[in-house]
Amino acid sequence: MKFRLASSPHQHIRRDTGQVMRLVILALVPGVLMQTWFFGWGTIIQIVLAVITAVATEAAILELRKRDFERALKDYSAILAAILLAVSIPPFAPWWVIVIGTFFAIGIVKQLYGGLGFNVFNPAMAAYVMLLVSFPVQMTQWLPPMNLAQYSHDFMDALYVVFTGFSVEGFSLAQLKTDIDGVTMATGLDTVKTGLAQGFTFSEMIDFPIFDSVISGLGVASSWITLSYLLGGLYLLKQKIINWHIPVSMIMGLFVCSMIMSLVDSDLYPSSLFHLFNGSIIIGAFFIATDPVSASTTNKGRLIFGAAIGVWVYLIREWGGYPDAVAFAVLIMNMAVPLIDYYTRPRTYGHSSNKGKPINKAQS
Amino acid sequence: MQNNFDDIIDKLDNNQLWDFPGGVFPAERKTLSNQTPIGNSPIPERLYVTTKQHIGVEGHLVVEVGQKVLKGQALTKSMNPFAVPIHAPTSGEIVAIQKHVSAHPSGLPEMTVEIRSDQQDKWIQLNPLVDYQNQPKMQVLAAICDAGISGMGGAGFPTHIKSSPKKDVDFLIINGIECEPYITSDDRLMREHAWQIRQGIDVLCHLLKPKHVLIGIENNKPEAIEAMQVACRENPNYRVCSIPTKYPAGGEKQLIQVLTNREVPAKGLPVDVGVIMHNVGTCFAIADAIFSGKPLIERVVTVTGEAVEKPGNVWAMIGSPVAHLLAHREYKKTAQSQPNVIMGGPMMGFSVISDLVPVVKTTNCILAPTDNEIAGNNEQACIRCSACADVCPASLLPQQLFWHAKAKELDKTQDYNLFDCIECGACAYVCPSEIPLVHYYRIAKSDIRIEQEEKQKSDKARDRFEKREIRLIAEQHARDEKHRLAAEARKLAMASNGNNSKDKIAAALARAKAKKQATNSLDDKQIEPVEIDAANKAEQTVKTEKSDTTTKAASSNQRVQAAIARAKAKKVAAEAGKEKEISQLELKDKVEVVTVEENKPEEKQLDTDDKVDTPPPVKTQVSTQTTISNETPAVAAPQNIEPTKADVKQAKIAAAVAKAKAKRQAQKIIDNKDRSNQPSPVNVDNTKTDSQVELAKTEEQQIEMKKRRIATAVAKAKAKKAAEKKMSKEDKPS
Repeated sequence: MKFRLASSPHQHIRRDTGQVMRLVILALVPGVLMQTWFFGWGTIIQIVLAVITAVATEAAILELRKRDFERALKDYSAILAAILLAVSIPPFAPWWVIVIGTFFAIGIVKQLYGGLGFNVFNPAMAAYVMLLVSFPVQMTQWLPPMNLAQYSHDFMDALYVVFTGFSVEGFSLAQLKTDIDGVTMATGLDTVKTGLAQGFTFSEMIDFPIFDSVISGLGVASSWITLSYLLGGLYLLKQKIINWHIPVSMIMGLFVCSMIMSLVDSDLYPSSLFHLFNGSIIIGAFFIATDPVSASTTNKGRLIFGAAIGVWVYLIREWGGYPDAVAFAVLIMNMAVPLIDYYTRPRTYGHSSNKGKPINKAQS
Repeated sequence: MQNNFDDIIDKLDNNQLWDFPGGVFPAERKTLSNQTPIGNSPIPERLYVTTKQHIGVEGHLVVEVGQKVLKGQALTKSMNPFAVPIHAPTSGEIVAIQKHVSAHPSGLPEMTVEIRSDQQDKWIQLNPLVDYQNQPKMQVLAAICDAGISGMGGAGFPTHIKSSPKKDVDFLIINGIECEPYITSDDRLMREHAWQIRQGIDVLCHLLKPKHVLIGIENNKPEAIEAMQVACRENPNYRVCSIPTKYPAGGEKQLIQVLTNREVPAKGLPVDVGVIMHNVGTCFAIADAIFSGKPLIERVVTVTGEAVEKPGNVWAMIGSPVAHLLAHREYKKTAQSQPNVIMGGPMMGFSVISDLVPVVKTTNCILAPTDNEIAGNNEQACIRCSACADVCPASLLPQQLFWHAKAKELDKTQDYNLFDCIECGACAYVCPSEIPLVHYYRIAKSDIRIEQEEKQKSDKARDRFEKREIRLIAEQHARDEKHRLAAEARKLAMASNGNNSKDKIAAALARAKAKKQATNSLDDKQIEPVEIDAANKAEQTVKTEKSDTTTKAASSNQRVQAAIARAKAKKVAAEAGKEKEISQLELKDKVEVVTVEENKPEEKQLDTDDKVDTPPPVKTQVSTQTTISNETPAVAAPQNIEPTKADVKQAKIAAAVAKAKAKRQAQKIIDNKDRSNQPSPVNVDNTKTDSQVELAKTEEQQIEMKKRRIATAVAKAKAKKAAEKKMSKEDKPS
């Protein structure tokens, strides 16, 4: 019998792409649960819709491209992208929003660029931005946290709203959005942005019901959700699925910018804590910007990539047209990745610099 | 950037070490084989000793088929510094010297001495060099070389070369790391033969004179560390260092980095940073060679893997087929779905293509794994996770290298320092997409080597071609020059032998040559003499009253004029032939020449050639001109023949006009001077040449001569003017 011939190494670490992706999905669970707790079943419904669309899209396109879709589906990359998109959009957004978004993420952003490993942009974020630009109304219909809402809603309500636009009792989405005081609720970031435009100071606004009364500036719901995602992110770090470089530099980028500006004028510029615990900076830092395919691959490059995203987030939050900016910042920096990678090559052993010149032998 | 010696010693004194970037922690699985002492294996029936088992060139065979050899007898002789001899591992008979499957990933057959053992295991006379300290270094090095010792850690670099560096050595590092999973041969060797290893180190110290000796052993081998510490206790200059276990800490560059924080420059050698590294197995073999005189004919080999019933270490004779060692350790074929034997460790070893592959001097392990011990082949798309870059000990970017290697962008792979890859396999080990990265790098490296070889070849070919071109051009020039000289010589010969009409070939060649060199600037001077001469010869005989007819002809059509002139000349010649001294025959000749000359314009070049191929008449004519010396026309004749059509035509026009004018002038003068004799027309004709004037002088009286000269000068000027006018007029239609 013929001898088996293989190239070294003959051993392999027991962790494949599918396992990596499943671990990331696992790390998302606490955050998703917390989000469901505060915003109702809508989140779960969106995730289910997204996953179904993602798998169907991936399978169809791989079939068209005559690739082995069974193996590709097992890598869970499409499912992970779908989940990330689903948790980013408002839980009660109409069903077709997430379907279109997921199709765009998988079909266009990922597969049209060559499939897993070849996409330039983060699929979930590219789809998010596409949806935000195309359907601004649907994409900004965030409900108040459950405990602040005037009308409570259950699973059936959520299902009805997502598919018909009205709850079982016939409440419209607009009605569901009103809080106990009868005021239409927005997200923390949105509230502050609008408030500042209306002449409120930041210190006045932190007394608004959407913010926690104990620690000033923290969103009631968003701080808990953020902490849950942070927990998942730390798990990923521990499992060495992601490196610390991107999350740390990204958070630092935002933190430093916001701190400087809030020192300049704390009435006009919200505090660093406010920035970190509102919006999607934490999930962005641990789950989105760390997407290996579209992020920088060198350690130095990751630091630059992350920090730049943090700065962009701050710039857009403060002076841009949108309340949050993680998606935009990530996409902007995705474009810069090849350049960053090129200029941040590590020094190779035995070379004096990364320009490829060997160490001078005469040196002794 | 290089740490100095004292700083390094200080740090080592504090039990501190450096680290190398990256690295992985594969399951060690060393306990499979390191629990039992090194065993012996029976002498194999046949041994396959490959002639080249090291980096360098093979030795010169000194045995032949059928010859009986003793254990330890040299089979090859070192004829080259990079040649290391091989020896018979046991006594027996050489049954074949032929190509045999080699211990190389390719398995390509290599020249191998096949020995049938006689099971006597009879040693040859051994010559130890126990008092090596009193021997010259060269002798010790020669003993090491003659014992066939090359690096036993993996690369197989000839030890005697490594032990005679031209630079100062700060550190002699003894590599007992053995970072590959499964392998325990060095571990067992250190545990059991620490003393002899130390003796080998002593020999190396004698040769290298290092400032300090560092013995690096991974901390997963506490027994080996202890044994070496005990063995080296007496020498404070020997330091046993426990190195944190991390693959590939045993890589030469990595171990140097861990112990000294020095980096071997790219394309450099460890000695460039004052370090020499030897494997513990090599030290053991050196001690064997120096103290017992035993050549390197056996080594410790780990036979392991879950498909082997009794894994452990054995003393294996160099040349033992893998099958022999496996059989001895009860290899279960059934444990594998497909036969799979790896020579070396699971990270850097290669799978053998046959179980007849022999053990060589660098073989440290034979691994027979079960299916679930090894990686499958399930390559997926790269997700750019760069886990590979995180583990690369050389700080390369394996993912970019892979990208470019796969796309065959070989120059890009070199930009990313492909050749600094030590092929440790850490990148492929961690790759979640299970991409066989090292395999891609190997292909790229060999592609680059092939490309470089081809480039060298084509450069050589181009160089050869260019040199040939230059040579051919030079030869061509030399030939041309030779031809030119020959032609000149011929021309000269012809000129001096103007009358020798026999040399027709020479004349033709000269003409051809002359034709080539002909220019449009040929002036009237060259053409005039003969034509005007000829015309005047005719005119001499023509009565003066007929001159106006000629003038008319010249003004209207030169050809008509020429014909008339010819006719008249003939007529007059016929009438006045007897009266004149010139014979009928000669006159006819002259007239013919004129005809030839005048016909030329209408004829093709070739025809002209034919015509001018008859120089004799011209010469005859010239020679018959009593008043003119031979030379002038003789030289003029060939020149005359050359002109191109247009020149001839122009010249003819000028000549005809001049003729007419001259005639008229001559007539006047003649009338005035009471009709003088023949010489006068000659003078008129040839006013341009001094010789002719001189000739005229001798024949005519001075006064007459003077007058004539004035007259001819006037005629000349007029003729020229007329000719110019004519030419400009006739230029247009022509």
